Amino acid sequence: MEHIRVMRFIVATTAAVFALACAPGDESSSADTAGKASTSGVSLTGAGATFPYPLYSKWFSDYANNTGIKINYGSIGSGGGIRQLTEGTVDFGATDSPMTDEEMAKAKGPILHIPSVLGAVVLIYNVPGITQQLKLTGPVIADIYLGKIKKWNDKRIAGLNVGTSLPDADILVVHRSDGSGTTFIFTDYLATISAPWASGPSRGKEVQWPAGLGAKGNEGVTGQVKQTPGAIGYTELIYAKQNKLPFASVQNAAGNFVEPSVETVTAAAAGAAERLAPDTDYRLSIVNAPGAQAYPISSFTWLLVYQKQADQEKGRKLVDFLKWAMTDGQGVAGSMDYAPLPASMASRLTERLGTITVGSGT
Amino acid sequence: MSEGDGAAVIANGDDAPRPLRIVGSAIADRVYTWVLTAFALCIPALLLLLVIALGLAGWPAFRRFGFAFLTSSTWNPVAGIYGAAPAIYGTVVTSIIALIVATPLGVGVALFLSDLAPRRVRQPVAFLVDLLAAIPSVVYGLWGIFVLLPFLRETLMPFLRDTLGLGGTVFFSGPAYGPSMLAAGLILAVMVLPYISAISREVLLAVPRSQREAALALGATRWEMIRGAVIPYAKSGIIGGIILGLGRALGETMAVTMLIGNRHEISASLLAPGYTMASLIANEFAEASSDLHLSALMAVGLTLFVITMIVNGIARWLVWQVGRTGSGRP
Repeated sequence: MEHIRVMRFIVATTAAVFALACAPGDESSSADTAGKASTSGVSLTGAGATFPYPLYSKWFSDYANNTGIKINYGSIGSGGGIRQLTEGTVDFGATDSPMTDEEMAKAKGPILHIPSVLGAVVLIYNVPGITQQLKLTGPVIADIYLGKIKKWNDKRIAGLNVGTSLPDADILVVHRSDGSGTTFIFTDYLATISAPWASGPSRGKEVQWPAGLGAKGNEGVTGQVKQTPGAIGYTELIYAKQNKLPFASVQNAAGNFVEPSVETVTAAAAGAAERLAPDTDYRLSIVNAPGAQAYPISSFTWLLVYQKQADQEKGRKLVDFLKWAMTDGQGVAGSMDYAPLPASMASRLTERLGTITVGSGT
Repeated sequence: MSEGDGAAVIANGDDAPRPLRIVGSAIADRVYTWVLTAFALCIPALLLLLVIALGLAGWPAFRRFGFAFLTSSTWNPVAGIYGAAPAIYGTVVTSIIALIVATPLGVGVALFLSDLAPRRVRQPVAFLVDLLAAIPSVVYGLWGIFVLLPFLRETLMPFLRDTLGLGGTVFFSGPAYGPSMLAAGLILAVMVLPYISAISREVLLAVPRSQREAALALGATRWEMIRGAVIPYAKSGIIGGIILGLGRALGETMAVTMLIGNRHEISASLLAPGYTMASLIANEFAEASSDLHLSALMAVGLTLFVITMIVNGIARWLVWQVGRTGSGRP
């Protein structure tokens, strides 16, 4: 009988173990242990935007070589980065579109937005028979994407491109189907410059597109545009440059047609930086920025950190890294086709990093 | 642990009184039963937890939009209005296209391999068809973008629409850009083909030789033999294979996302872009930060789950029906 009782105990324990293995809580508990493991080590973890990931990974490897501090980063998308930071599972987040007030309220404390570098969105096109660079204005782009301008030889496009023989072809609008910071920057610009766009699809990482096809990722949009005569799409500047795609120059707030490049994107930030309020939280949009050479569809990408760092060791390391990113890191950015921050802004941000409190502040 | 115990009992078996040995093995049996039952219960438990998790997460969206969530075509993350009708429609239509194309092909290949092919052709062809199942979804998607879409846009779509004159019907009207429900349906057809073909082949090969010989002895031609004696025998198995293919088609994500054009619109034309539930979740989940948006995506997940269950239920019923009527015949 004793024997049987022992057996029953074993069986019960085994069943309990299996039940635990099946339970949904398993994932979070393993995440907890992972978090604890990294606390005892020296490394920092971050997650978020995919757009600056190539630069960030270069930053992290350079920084590890210089200081020995390892930083792990998951490029899971801006939304995921914000979620993970809000839940406190990472030490810093990264996003291509600033957090909303609603999102900030859900976090475990005040969050600082630290612009790291700049990105831009360019319009790529496949118009048979044209050799010159296409010129476009904000309202025309908006009307193309609203489906109001349907042909390439429309008067409003032809009027901007005198001397270019535009074909009598249908315009196929291509947009991103997946939620993306690129879409946010693009729709933010359209909503700023076009009233019908602002009251219609408005701005967001996903919007309700009035026209066209959705393609997944920069490569999906590019593939679709390259293949389809008459197509227009939008991608990140770096992606278009690295793949040598033709892109349009866009009229800026000063009335000039500006070709997107590292310099013109930094110029957009410089134009906006001059007008910054002293107490800005840097959640600012720089689309359609002032400045003669400013490319209008530009934006910051942000690193997100809690202002109160509970863990002393980690907090200090994070601040050190951010300071490095504002100085040495900016030099690396330019060499990788990312537009660096204007120098004046980088030094202001370095000062701002001093407001992060480290240690038993909670 | 239990096995060690059992082994010990058996090892001592010679010295020990007989009844103890029987008790020992009974305990081992009982442990074995319990462990296996626990394993078996894990699966339904997992399923149940999945439904509960999806239901809880999707509940806010269902409560907010009610039945309109399933019937409305508006999907506007900015305004926070969600209706999944185009995605539901697209999922069903692309899966139907896939089955219409893949079923005759898959069963045909299986019949060829089981009844017509010479022995040395059978193995390589069967291997190649099975290999289709091993290709990753994203590779199908890339192939679709670079090979299938240009072919559709420049050859097949104009052929269907203009040469065959199908453009007059609602099913093939409108401009042909390439990304479309037709493209998604065709890529799905290729992806489900190995499932239908492999299962049909195994079932056809399992048809007893006597069945075939009897038909031939009665003077049947080869075609009559296949139609009259082989297919009825294998019918329920073939339907099972088709159902497995359908399950795959309903849930397939990556390749479809890359080819369907991702447009929230119900259009009768197969040349028009559409959406599927799986691709909707894949597209938007990573960047969905508002609670309602996440909830709407979870609700789409639950809807997909329920539709898959219903389809599978119908399929089971079909197999059962066929099995019942079929068993009387041979």
